Amino acid sequence: MSPLRVAVVGAGPAGFYAADALLRQDQVEVEVDMFDRLPAPYGLVRYGVAPDHQKIKAVTAAFDKVAAHPRFRFFGGVELGRHLTVDDLRRHYHQIVYATGAQTDRRLGIPGEDLAGSHPATEFVAWYNGHPDFRDCVFGLSAERVAVIGVGNVAVDVVRILCRTPEELEKTDIADHALEALRRSRVREVYLIGRRGPAQAAFTNPELKELGELAGADVVVAPDEVTPDPVTRVALEKMQDRATAKKLEILHDLARRAAAGKPRRLVLRFLLSPVEILDDGRGRVGGLRLVRNELYATESGSIQARPTGRMEVLRVQLLFRSVGYRGVPLPGVPFHDAWGVILNEQGRVLDPATRRPRVGEYAAGWIKRGPTGVIGTNKPDAAETVAHMLEDALAGRTLTPAEPERTAVERLVCARQPHRVSYEDWLALDRLEVERGQAVGRPRVKLCRMEDVLQALGRGARRE
Amino acid sequence: MNIASVLASKGPTVVTIGPEQSVREALALLAAHNIGALVVTDDGRRPLGMLSERDIVRHLAQDAGVLDGAVRDIMTREVVVGSPQDDLGSVAQTMTERRIRHLPVMDRGRLVGIVSIGDVVKAQRDQFLGERDTLQTQLLERSA
Repeated sequence: MSPLRVAVVGAGPAGFYAADALLRQDQVEVEVDMFDRLPAPYGLVRYGVAPDHQKIKAVTAAFDKVAAHPRFRFFGGVELGRHLTVDDLRRHYHQIVYATGAQTDRRLGIPGEDLAGSHPATEFVAWYNGHPDFRDCVFGLSAERVAVIGVGNVAVDVVRILCRTPEELEKTDIADHALEALRRSRVREVYLIGRRGPAQAAFTNPELKELGELAGADVVVAPDEVTPDPVTRVALEKMQDRATAKKLEILHDLARRAAAGKPRRLVLRFLLSPVEILDDGRGRVGGLRLVRNELYATESGSIQARPTGRMEVLRVQLLFRSVGYRGVPLPGVPFHDAWGVILNEQGRVLDPATRRPRVGEYAAGWIKRGPTGVIGTNKPDAAETVAHMLEDALAGRTLTPAEPERTAVERLVCARQPHRVSYEDWLALDRLEVERGQAVGRPRVKLCRMEDVLQALGRGARRE
Repeated sequence: MNIASVLASKGPTVVTIGPEQSVREALALLAAHNIGALVVTDDGRRPLGMLSERDIVRHLAQDAGVLDGAVRDIMTREVVVGSPQDDLGSVAQTMTERRIRHLPVMDRGRLVGIVSIGDVVKAQRDQFLGERDTLQTQLLERSA
């Protein structure tokens, strides 16, 4: 029997965990081809995880092991919808797994959101991590006061990077262009703003402690905003939630701490929702109107915020929004707009009309379940998808590709994208980045433009 | 983590039944979809009640004739509903405490999904497995 040919679209954690699960099992012989629109693999591990969190990036060693499997190939710099279509994939593969992540921000839906100086936090993150698409972004770091809306891990990363000293950043693999811009930053005050109380905030205790240990910023917390309200107290007691109790304890310690006279102030604010971003009169962000919230318990026991009507204005000149993420629809693949994911049932892509599975198409990771969990959460998620792929393959429910040969798809990709990057190419780029980093005492110095990548690989300029 | 992410990969189908339909029809639906409860609704949007396999068993034990009766007569009328923004942990707590096995999820007045206690347990398990895996990766790196 010829091997089951699988295309994995997206080289982030979900794509790699899916490839791993496929190549690890012994029920069906599988060949995996992984595609990514960027030349480098690892998705958000490279372009999302903060540069001062190198330990989290260590998971790439596990991904390299998957990539070393003889039945695995990587096609970097190849984009679905640009170089290849879903129909092309159907022509060459028995099964397709979409693992394209949640690539866009949810909007606040308030006036002033599009003023100059108001940005999605993910743009800033992609920029400081050297994502090629965001290489030329410009952020107004001459602002003295900056607000970050949201209290998830991304929001916390953004405030931390804004508060880091150049000396701290120099030891990381932050993109060179971002390091230069942040060296010149005039930011003095950074506000992290949460809709609910600290007990409901998504940031973890280690992340919170890290904020208290910044070399160049004092953390400011208002004691009354971190004292749990009665609704929260009851819930904490009932759930015996020790992690959250600890979180409140850390915040109280921070609130009691005297300012050490560090050059920057990081202010953590809670129970506030932005209602309007104010124009400074020249089309730029000049401030933020916020409404004070109170908490209530819903019927199902969840604690939510509702506005009280009490307003306040915060003068800021730069703003980052980090209130959630959404997947981006792929051309030719059913999308569930309300959830921001591919329409699926436990990883099987569904036809929107019949709500029955589409033969041979699957989803894994954030494009399947939405943006939740840590990197490792994608492992059980991908395992579920792969279990259904194998069940379907063993039952004969697969696509019937006209050209299933390994060489056929390679010819097609080479014709459509002559500059595709193989895993061997990537490992060479990786060595080069690490060498460049070693020379200056950094984990790596990233190549942030496609031209630089091609040049490093000894190929000519990119042809569009 | 919130309820929206449990629903996102669960598929958009909520199996419902009308209040005037028979219990026999309800049994057939439960069997056909391999599920434990139906949302009772007459407009497909607003739940009037829930009908679980337990509701049926409880009545059937006393009166075999219940199968030909209407769903309305044996459904559970007190329905606790959730919203997509609800935190997974709080919902797990409420479902355990109040011994609810199925939670219809409403968004802006529309029924958008249903979460079973099994879905909640699975989501929590995957969350713990993922966190453990990520912590292990980081610890191994530290000792390397």
